[in-house]
Amino acid sequence: MRRTLPQLSNWLLVLPLFLFSAGIFVAPIALMLLRSVQDPELAAAFPRTAAELARWDGQDLPRPEAMSTFITELRGVRGTDRISFAANRLNADISGFRSMLLRTARMLPQADGGDAAETLRRIDARWGERSTWTAMRRASGPVTDYFLLAALDLQRDDDGAVAAVPAERAVFVGVFLRTLWVSILVTGFCLLLGYPLAYLLASLPARYANPLLVLVLIPFWTSVLVRTTAWIVLLQRDGLVNGLLRRIGLIEQPLTLIYNRTGVLIAMVHVLLPLMILPLYSVMKGIGRAPMLAAMSLGARPFEAFLRVYLPQSRAGIGAGCLLVFISALGYYVTPELIGGGGDQMISYFIAFYTNRTTNWGLAGALSLILLLATGLLYIAYARLSRATGPAR
Amino acid sequence: MTDAARFVVFDKVRKTYPGGVHAVRDLDLEIARGEFVTFLGPSGSGKTTSLMMLAGFETPSAGDITLNGKALANVPPYRRNIGMVFQNYALFPHMTVAENIAFPLTVRRTPRAEIEAAVLGVLDLVQLSGMRDRRPAQLSGGQQQRVALARALVFNPPLVLMDEPLGALDRQLREHMQIEIKHIHARLGVTLVYVTHDQGEALTMSDRVAIFRDGRLEQVGSPLDVYERPGTSFVARFVGESNQFAGTIREVRGEACVVELDGGWTVPAMLAHAAGVGARTIVSVRPERIRLSASEGAPARVAELIYHGDHIRVRLGAESGQELFVKILSGAAPEWLRPEAILRAAWRGEDARALDPSPADAPR
Repeated sequence: MRRTLPQLSNWLLVLPLFLFSAGIFVAPIALMLLRSVQDPELAAAFPRTAAELARWDGQDLPRPEAMSTFITELRGVRGTDRISFAANRLNADISGFRSMLLRTARMLPQADGGDAAETLRRIDARWGERSTWTAMRRASGPVTDYFLLAALDLQRDDDGAVAAVPAERAVFVGVFLRTLWVSILVTGFCLLLGYPLAYLLASLPARYANPLLVLVLIPFWTSVLVRTTAWIVLLQRDGLVNGLLRRIGLIEQPLTLIYNRTGVLIAMVHVLLPLMILPLYSVMKGIGRAPMLAAMSLGARPFEAFLRVYLPQSRAGIGAGCLLVFISALGYYVTPELIGGGGDQMISYFIAFYTNRTTNWGLAGALSLILLLATGLLYIAYARLSRATGPAR
Repeated sequence: MTDAARFVVFDKVRKTYPGGVHAVRDLDLEIARGEFVTFLGPSGSGKTTSLMMLAGFETPSAGDITLNGKALANVPPYRRNIGMVFQNYALFPHMTVAENIAFPLTVRRTPRAEIEAAVLGVLDLVQLSGMRDRRPAQLSGGQQQRVALARALVFNPPLVLMDEPLGALDRQLREHMQIEIKHIHARLGVTLVYVTHDQGEALTMSDRVAIFRDGRLEQVGSPLDVYERPGTSFVARFVGESNQFAGTIREVRGEACVVELDGGWTVPAMLAHAAGVGARTIVSVRPERIRLSASEGAPARVAELIYHGDHIRVRLGAESGQELFVKILSGAAPEWLRPEAILRAAWRGEDARALDPSPADAPR
């Protein structure tokens, strides 16, 4: 009892936070990620049709019984939300499906008569095509790889084999690569700018270092939105930067600094710089002045002393800072959205787009899952690397 | 300019920090080749600043430092060829012991085979032969200390500086390392400048001790000199223990004098500063030089006996209210020495020194 009591009270202490993060953070993310493999809309609107299609071998057309079941169910859901959701889902696979389905539902004759397949074909010739029915079979759930494949610019063809989507519809691989590249560039620039500053901060006496550190922290405490908007003011065509450059005669025509990659990089580097400086600073503070002095007293020129003694010791800070900046940059949304052009949008823009505008949560979930997996893999790679080469402290 | 007695010369060296803080004032000091000199003083006395100026990490505000006849003013630290052991060793945690020690040789582009031989030799010197592939974090404090020492010696610098190198070690290990460093110094014949605030360490190891106070050199001399013949009341207090009594000089006979203490005793002493009859002075006597007896000297009461194992400290209260400490070897304590006993205390004139009259407990 004496030993279990403190344990119980420890659990009680963290319980509120545990419940909070489970309810507000973990559960929604898990649900959203589950969305990427769930496909409930069609089965919700046409449960018996979905069952029929699951039995279909995918060759030619489904059985006439299946078609008449579909017609019956279509009549039943006419004008409800369910048909609308199912139509959205099908439209994501084959564009134009939504209007075809809704029109078919509207134009169905009141009473059954004649061949079900013929009835459908008379309303829209596409009901006679195999690809229409394979698309419906793909969407009949309950689980699907459709969204995950789509997030990688892949799809299943009518025979169920994985194939690349047509080039004009392939966007996501390019966006992922762009996201990766922008994040690498931002991390590189942050390291380049942050390392000397962190070194300065760590070597100054506290009474100079502390005010400077506050200058680093103030932007860190300022909203990302405010800082990004400020960059719009600074970088626009007739903004402060262009005005200054023109006044001192460096340029004649204003530079395009915004709504392109340059602007995105400038603003993201600025926003993420503190995440680089702070871990570097804390590691460098621990190194202190002595190793550099020792190296120089032993005959190393300052630059060699830095390369052979200081830099290796600051590696933990470099790793932590780069990881923080890189992973934050991977998920960046506001800054590219406001400052970037159409070709600078990163993956989170598309996640937001599919979540908010087209309510294609399956695709949004799939994109998020792939981003999460990529981030996780990079982290594991980093951890492995730093353990393999790190100093045995 | 190969004057062996003037191997390192501080010539009116001054260091002033912004804000008018005088870290070092007009330091004049000559160190001979092969000498072991200790800079001793309380913290903030300028000893470390002086060492750092010699190493090249601080620039003198005025004055010159020369090493082997060459002015060091424009020589950066990495070209001074001075070995240095830092307070917390400043070992490189990402290198093995052997890599740490080889560092000064690799930056000098020494051939590989020579490096290997030199590292092995110096590892043997500091008795760490089995440790070459360990990382500093895997070593004990004493072993880290040896690595730092080996690294500062491996490139055969003619001058080695040590900044409180034993401060982080426990007492037994510290005493052991003191002897070891002394032996290494004797064996290699390098010139060694050693900074410490531990007076025992300074007395044990050095050829000469330079005592710093408030940025000034207070006294330079052999351990025997600074202990037996302190030049100032500060030195008498800082090096070893001493009883100090304020008084007025009543009589001067050559080097000897008679002082009337403020408590009323009249005592003999050696006159150690320029002053005549009637001048104020402080008489300083080592506790082990005071003799207690039943008949001879000034009366005092035993207030306390403190047992220290090898010796007993006796706290005496004089009638005048003055207090004095006496050290007696454990076996030599007379039977009548017990608390509340009334006895008499006396010392020989040559065991007491009449020093400058700066007040005993307020170091200016």
